[in-house]
Amino acid sequence: MKILVCISHVPDTTSKIAFVDSNTKFDTSGVQFIIGPYDDYALARAIELKETSGATVTVLNVGLIDTEPTIRKALAIGADDAIRVNAEPTDSLFVAAQIAEHAKGYDLILMGRESIDFNSGVVHAMVGEMLGIPSVSPVMKLDIEGTKAKMSKEIEGGKEQVEANLPLVAGCQEPIAEWKIPNMRGIMSARTKPLKVVEPKSTESSVVTQKFELPAPKGAVKMISADNVGELVTRLKTEAKVL
Amino acid sequence: MNILVFVETSEGKIRKTSLEAVAYAHGMGGTVTAIALGAADANELQAIGKYGASKILHAADTKLNEHVIQVYSSVLAKAMQDENADVLVLANSSLGTPVAAKVAIKTGASFASNVSELPNTSGGFVVKRSIYTGKAFAHVELKSPKKVIAIRKNAAELKETGSVGSVTNYVVTLNDADFNTKTISTEKATGEILLPEAEIVVSGGRGMKGPEHWGILLDLAKALHAATGCSKPVSDMGWRPHHEHVGQTGVKVAPQLYIAIGISGAIQHLAGVNSSKCIVVINKDADAPFFKAADYGIVGDAFDILPKLTAAVLAAK
Ligand SMILES: Cc1cc2nc3c(=O)[nH]c(=O)nc-3n(C[C@H](O)[C@H](O)[C@H](O)COP(=O)(O)OP(=O)(O)OC[C@H]3O[C@@H](n4cnc5c(N)ncnc54)[C@H](O)[C@@H]3O)c2cc1C
Repeated sequence: MKILVCISHVPDTTSKIAFVDSNTKFDTSGVQFIIGPYDDYALARAIELKETSGATVTVLNVGLIDTEPTIRKALAIGADDAIRVNAEPTDSLFVAAQIAEHAKGYDLILMGRESIDFNSGVVHAMVGEMLGIPSVSPVMKLDIEGTKAKMSKEIEGGKEQVEANLPLVAGCQEPIAEWKIPNMRGIMSARTKPLKVVEPKSTESSVVTQKFELPAPKGAVKMISADNVGELVTRLKTEAKVL
Repeated sequence: MNILVFVETSEGKIRKTSLEAVAYAHGMGGTVTAIALGAADANELQAIGKYGASKILHAADTKLNEHVIQVYSSVLAKAMQDENADVLVLANSSLGTPVAAKVAIKTGASFASNVSELPNTSGGFVVKRSIYTGKAFAHVELKSPKKVIAIRKNAAELKETGSVGSVTNYVVTLNDADFNTKTISTEKATGEILLPEAEIVVSGGRGMKGPEHWGILLDLAKALHAATGCSKPVSDMGWRPHHEHVGQTGVKVAPQLYIAIGISGAIQHLAGVNSSKCIVVINKDADAPFFKAADYGIVGDAFDILPKLTAAVLAAK
């Protein structure tokens, strides 16, 4: 079985978000980048499948050269080889088109349910659409039986058991697998694993980001005494008007 | 401008977030047509008109009772064509968002999800969307003549317009090949208020000490008609079901009121709640970081405060 895992390169979840150049560019200073947490779950499940059923795992990232340490980390975790599409990941459609270009021939295409920078949550659906194969998200459990994938998918207020034939695209989330931490041997071998750099397929983007904005700062907290819980109810009614 | 709105049903009822999508479309101006797929209550369909849809299409084919994303996207792409729609609007959800993305590809439309406000059409068509898990917004221009927009909760105020819509049967031709996923079973909490749609959320963290103590939290939730949420460790430890997990890697909520009990306020938890209108934090540690993100705070023991708060809520009714 051939598995493709698509990973995003995103700011660590504790990062302070700021913008520069009159709010047109993300401020990367002091920001640490990681494999997207959801993509990390997808990768972990792929490595488990590799260990139990001898699959091969390729990771793919759409990004410029600064994403290579993130890709090497995925190789250190256990992926066999990697592809970097040398382009800025500007919008979902563009990223999906690049992935679809390289995803043919894989039995299973895994990625996170969404990236934690742009949060569109649709790249899996778009890749499925472009390749004419099923896509399921967010997947919390995935097992392969013959040519079929058996999955548990989260829905609002519950979950569904879903089946589909391979090849298939799945957007993953916990608890599909536990995040894996690379060990020393993995880190050493990752240095020499193949990382192929390819140029993007040109697609005209019909979505253009004009500017960014930070939410309005929150006012100071109003403290209420533990001996006077009733005051909270009154304030929520009359002051905040949310009851 | 012709706007088509996909309304989702749950047990025959129209989802509240879908009615917000109708209100959003009405706010954009133009002619609003709503479309519901699968079983839906007749009165509920009629009521969609009150939020500004002049026409309500209903495709009642029983095959649509199963939510197959590929099938739904084909039907909606065709409906956009039939209705000559310039824009498709729907609410972000586990069904709606992927369906929207596929419709965008099928119709060559520009796509945006997580949209939080009405578009600015003063020069082009620009929508504001939430990014970095609620920590920022992006203003994006949708350049194609056709657009598909998935809105987040509270993108539009749910307001009756006084108008009446007519319900018409919409006939669909389904393609067998589109049934490419099969739902074997569904487990869903019934009768509960759905977390992503709730106006009030009562959420518990590790400070609740164990699943056996959730009764006092559920009592408060019941008194407030609230949905219940939890922090990640709470669902990781199996104290509460996974679909209640709020935050960066869980459900993002945007209620009127979020009450956090025994949750420290880690940045990853805050990412899922920072769109709430009002946040109340109850924590025994006065230095808990969550207080910095709160509107109201009480320093104290949850086991002492929760029963008192529930009593105060009931007394104020
Ligand atoms: C990549 C990544 C993603 C993550 N995603 C999420 C996410 O989506 N959601 C999420 O929640 N977390 C997430 N986390 C975890 C997050 O960092 C925190 O560990 C977690 O939110 C802490 O949960 P908690 O507040 O319940 O527990 P704790 O941090 O242990 O806090 C417990 C709190 O309860 C208080 N307390 C104790 N006893 C009482 C009492 N009797 N009465 C009142 N208060 C009491 C304590 O003072 C303390 O503040 C993520 C972490 C990472 C690294």
